[in-house]
Amino acid sequence: MTGDQTTTLKGDAATAPQDPANRRDRPSISPASARKIGERETMSLNDEVAKIQVNNLNLFYDADQALKNINLMIPEKRVTAFIGPSGCGKSTLLRCFNRMNDLVDICRIEGEIVMDGKNIYDRDVDVADLRRSVGMVFQKPNPFPKTIYENVAYGLRLQGVTSRRVLDEVVEKSLRAAALWDEVKDRLQENAFRMSGGQQQRLVIARAIAIEPEVILLDEPASALDPISTLKIEELINELKQDYTIIIVTHNMQQAARVSDYTAFMYMGNMVEYGDTDTLFTNPRKKQTEDYITGRYG
Amino acid sequence: MGYMRQWFKSGTPWIWLNGGAVAFSMIMVVGLIGLIAVRGFGHFWPSDVALINLSNADGEQSTLIGEIVRSETVPAAIARDSGEAVPDDIDLVTRHLIKLGNRDQTDRDFAWYLELGMQPWQYPQDIMVVERREWGNFYGRPLALLREGVELATPESDNFMPELQAAITRSLELHDEIRRLERGTIGRINTSLDDLRLATRRLELDETPADIRAIELDRIAAERAALDEQYAVLRQELDVIYASTRRDTLKMEMSDGNAVDISLAAIMRVTEPNAMSVFGKTAQYFERLWEFLTEDPREANTEGGIFPAIFGTVTMVLVMSIIVTPFGILAAIYLREYAKQGTMTRIIRISVYNLAGVPSIVYGVFGLGFFVYYLGGSLDQLFYETALPTPTFGTPGLIWASLTLALLTLPIVIVSTEEGLARIPSTIRQGSLALGATKSETLWKVVVPLATPAMMTGLILAIARAAGEVAPLMLVGVVKLAPALPIDATFPFLHLDRKIMHLGFHIYDVGFQSPNVEAARPLVYATALVLVILIMVLNLAAISIRNRLRERYRSAGE
Repeated sequence: MTGDQTTTLKGDAATAPQDPANRRDRPSISPASARKIGERETMSLNDEVAKIQVNNLNLFYDADQALKNINLMIPEKRVTAFIGPSGCGKSTLLRCFNRMNDLVDICRIEGEIVMDGKNIYDRDVDVADLRRSVGMVFQKPNPFPKTIYENVAYGLRLQGVTSRRVLDEVVEKSLRAAALWDEVKDRLQENAFRMSGGQQQRLVIARAIAIEPEVILLDEPASALDPISTLKIEELINELKQDYTIIIVTHNMQQAARVSDYTAFMYMGNMVEYGDTDTLFTNPRKKQTEDYITGRYG
Repeated sequence: MGYMRQWFKSGTPWIWLNGGAVAFSMIMVVGLIGLIAVRGFGHFWPSDVALINLSNADGEQSTLIGEIVRSETVPAAIARDSGEAVPDDIDLVTRHLIKLGNRDQTDRDFAWYLELGMQPWQYPQDIMVVERREWGNFYGRPLALLREGVELATPESDNFMPELQAAITRSLELHDEIRRLERGTIGRINTSLDDLRLATRRLELDETPADIRAIELDRIAAERAALDEQYAVLRQELDVIYASTRRDTLKMEMSDGNAVDISLAAIMRVTEPNAMSVFGKTAQYFERLWEFLTEDPREANTEGGIFPAIFGTVTMVLVMSIIVTPFGILAAIYLREYAKQGTMTRIIRISVYNLAGVPSIVYGVFGLGFFVYYLGGSLDQLFYETALPTPTFGTPGLIWASLTLALLTLPIVIVSTEEGLARIPSTIRQGSLALGATKSETLWKVVVPLATPAMMTGLILAIARAAGEVAPLMLVGVVKLAPALPIDATFPFLHLDRKIMHLGFHIYDVGFQSPNVEAARPLVYATALVLVILIMVLNLAAISIRNRLRERYRSAGE
């Protein structure tokens, strides 16, 4: 990349007409791969139904501010991706949605996150209830030391479901939804640790959707997996967005481009740019975004 | 020089040093186990009995019959000091320790004899070893089997050995019958009598109206009379059996030619080791080994078996495990999972670690002062008032020994459980929390199951420590000879108030408190080996459980 290109873009990143030839030079994202699903072309945040609204969110670890005045709307039944360099706060923001940050003693939060009209940081919110409606899948597969069946049934058993029939039904449905049923239907009583990493991650997703949450948070769900398992997870995400609102944090920009409808780019605790994925990758308004997706830092 | 430097830099000397350290440790361990195994379990092999003719300095002839226990060569001065006449021109003398038996006749069970003046040893086939219930072995030649004082058979007749064996079998059966009556039926009658005594005392203590008390006392008196009657009948029955055990007598000739009559009631086994084949001896060996493991001790613990000690040790360790496991685990879970980590938890943790380093006798003193005198004394005041001044729990016993050891091993369980909990990856906890589980649900359904192998490790270490502990036990419940096992068929089956025997203490007792050092020596080794094997078995059992758990949760921590 040359210096004068940077100068050109610096002028007015949001409105400057884009040079298609210049874009095609980029090694990282090709528009073709980003445009896997045709309908994206016409997407706009303004047309969406808001599932979660983040208002003036600030988060501190003791004196260090990790999130700075975040304002954001997460649209319902869409995939929203958070990208940004390590330490930019994207995982921290993700963990605000199911209040996982509560586990960190030194963490303090200001502002509000409104989900379906209710601030989830209100005093009268039951965290366990919240987490039942906001599921989460972590970076490393973390099945429980139980059978495959019991892993998926865990959330239901917590809610006091004991009927074998109901459990059987939900386990099958969830494993099918996680595209895992055909691989494991004959070994449901086997220990979950005997599965491959990719299978474990899909099991964890099945476990999350077994309790029918409204939102699913994915924290770099494919970063510990091989390419084929990654592909399966991505296909799964495409399936799941029919029914769930999905928020995904990823390091991998191609992945964000492939799976998400909307993308937020974060840097140093700031929300730098947020918009529909195609626009963000092909025509970023901010220079920082441009630099990051072209691989100049991060 | 360059080569040497190269050699040092390559690290090879370190490998040799480390390998050497491992080899040295292995030699020590194998040597230790080997020594006690050979010394201990060699004892049960029926050794040949020698007949030795010897003449002393004055030319007097005498004959010895006995087992050669061990031989040594010592400077002649030592032999002279112990009163032996050794010619001046001899510098070194060889002497033999001979087990002569016949303790009741000669007072000399073991004695040293110089090889000087010994004629070559002989091993006559007809020498007989009589194992007796009291006074140890008798060595000699059989003369005759007497029934009601009349000669029934002599060694020359073909029916001598069959008749003798049949008579011994009969007397052993009678002995079992006596034991059954004394321990079982008479024991029950005694327990009932004791209950009646306590009932009487209770009536005296509480405020029962005089008329009711009189009725009750009459009822008790009637019951007591019935029991006394039963006892009298049994007593008679026993007397008959005792009389019939005195039917047969074995007439033996000692090495000095005197004849001795031995009642068959006192005989456990007769053997002629010099005439036995290797197979016969092997069978005999296992028979004796089995006896050692399953019988009660006799003769101030220098003869017989160690079963009550094995049983007591195992019971005590199990009761201790049942106490220490839940306490240790709960404490560790609170410390690691719930307590706010800070100065306070650090102080508690340091205290717990330091408790593990407190000398065990200190725990014994604490157990005696707090558990036995204070707790036990209070229990007696509250629940066993009628039995006072005879203490029930206010005296050393199984429960206090187990509690003291539980206290002693508590730090071990806490430390390893805490380490186990700390090793559970936080992602697994978060996975559970993210599904809407509360902290305690996460803890009990996911974290604790994953930490069970670590808890088992703690328990294994605790068992190994507890089973080998002796010092504190001497104060809080272990005795030289316990009258009854801590578990039996009478309610409440597990008698936590009873005193127990313990292998570790048994070793000490046999080794240092025994009146017959030479007879006790092999038993010390054998008991030590049993203790080591017992600890190994307990450990292996716990380790196999742990490994099964580990297999189940295999890759969780990876």
